[in-house]
Amino acid sequence: MTTLKSLMVPHRIVMMLLFAALVLWCALSLRWDWIPKYAPLALEGLWTTIWILALTTVLGFLLAVPLGLAQAIGPWYLSIPARTFCTIIRGTPLLLQIWLLYYGLGSLFPQFPWIRSSELWPYLRQAWPYAVLALTLSYAGYEGEVMRGAFSGVAKGQLEAAKSFGMRRFTMFRRIWLPQAVRNVLPTLGGETILQLKATPLVATITVIDIYAVSSRVRSDTFIVYEPLLLLALVYMVIAGLITLAFKRFENQVAR
Amino acid sequence: MELILETLGLAESAQLLSLSPPGWGANLLRGLVNSLKIAFGAFGFGLLIGLFGAYGKLYGGPVLRDLLAIYTTVIRAVPELVLILILYYVGTDLINKASSALGYGRIEISGVVAGIWVLGIVQGAYSIEVLRGAIQAVPPGQIEAARAFGMPPIMTMWRVTIPAMMSFATPGLANLWLIATKDTALLAIVGFSELTLETRQAASSTRAYFTFFLAAGALYLIVTLCSGVVFAWIEKWARRGQPSLREDRT
Repeated sequence: MTTLKSLMVPHRIVMMLLFAALVLWCALSLRWDWIPKYAPLALEGLWTTIWILALTTVLGFLLAVPLGLAQAIGPWYLSIPARTFCTIIRGTPLLLQIWLLYYGLGSLFPQFPWIRSSELWPYLRQAWPYAVLALTLSYAGYEGEVMRGAFSGVAKGQLEAAKSFGMRRFTMFRRIWLPQAVRNVLPTLGGETILQLKATPLVATITVIDIYAVSSRVRSDTFIVYEPLLLLALVYMVIAGLITLAFKRFENQVAR
Repeated sequence: MELILETLGLAESAQLLSLSPPGWGANLLRGLVNSLKIAFGAFGFGLLIGLFGAYGKLYGGPVLRDLLAIYTTVIRAVPELVLILILYYVGTDLINKASSALGYGRIEISGVVAGIWVLGIVQGAYSIEVLRGAIQAVPPGQIEAARAFGMPPIMTMWRVTIPAMMSFATPGLANLWLIATKDTALLAIVGFSELTLETRQAASSTRAYFTFFLAAGALYLIVTLCSGVVFAWIEKWARRGQPSLREDRT
């Protein structure tokens, strides 16, 4: 962690002053008059980005636990499909996966009358379910691999101790195996969550209005190129910083 | 062959994917070649940045080290898509300003070059970290020995540091190469005709979305799996002469 003292070195003070001057120059000489008009839309977009990120990481993690378990101790008829799934997800670009689901499924579903008349149809006509599905599968694919390592990394003695106390298998999993595995991979999970954050703007390509889509819209409406992009980069940096902080605090709590 | 395709109901897909004009296979392959060109170029450019950056981070002065820390932190916190847009506009702006200052008109920048420039800068930030870790893992005595014999720094780097760090760097670099191949897909959004964009164009003009997206996915997967094999060879080659952990135990 950088402390105040380490910042008070001459060259860093000069750099900070230069940076402050740069920020001031940006604030004064670049165009920011579009902000009030687009602020409500931007807030909505920010909210979309955040809930998509939160929902897909949680769902993806829930899916990653069985995937990791299947690969670590599962019989071959479970481990081979799980490994194939992870390889396919990790071996193809996310953009392609999103487009496959959105355009592919989106063009397939209307051909079936019973889907069109079902209660889910109003949702299936929108873009966000496909975005959530694609991002969830992607996170699960990457995390499944991480959890495989985590599950096999838990010390065997711990599990044997639990077994010798006559703990049932599910209790053992819930109380000992899962918590230890998760604790060991918390730093990796933090990194992966930031990667997931960086994947969310891809949903803008299938018409979900997230914060990235808002900035594109400002660019195409007003022909201002750099200002929305710089602000967007700043927003993502702030969110990434918050995720890092949250995971650090969580790690410290768990490490006790 | 045709009979098998017919019975499986894949005749239509095979026709769409065929290499001659009614099919779109040639377009997909051209896209794949473009993707691979950009990925190679960006990976190489990133390695160059990474090597100098890693040296700068390890042996540079305080100002250089701070600047490199800012570069790696910012690049790794901002989505690639946003970086690609920013770098793309900055790059084209700078080149056009330079060319108009020199008295030339607007220059059309080729997609491949722009893609290499944009993805290379992104890759550079990641390779700095990979190579820095690898250089640090080289036993310092080896580098000191080279220095003690009066080897000039560049020769030390070329003859001692790089060969010795290869085995530590290969897994990370393999990962970076895979990221590079997959990140080329993002250039579709800026309108470069690489594999993903070619696929989308083919899919939307024939309405056969599943056929084309699955075919493109298979192409990407083939590239990934082949790279895995190649990098396994490279790692084996880089580890030659090192005692293997497994043999030690027996």
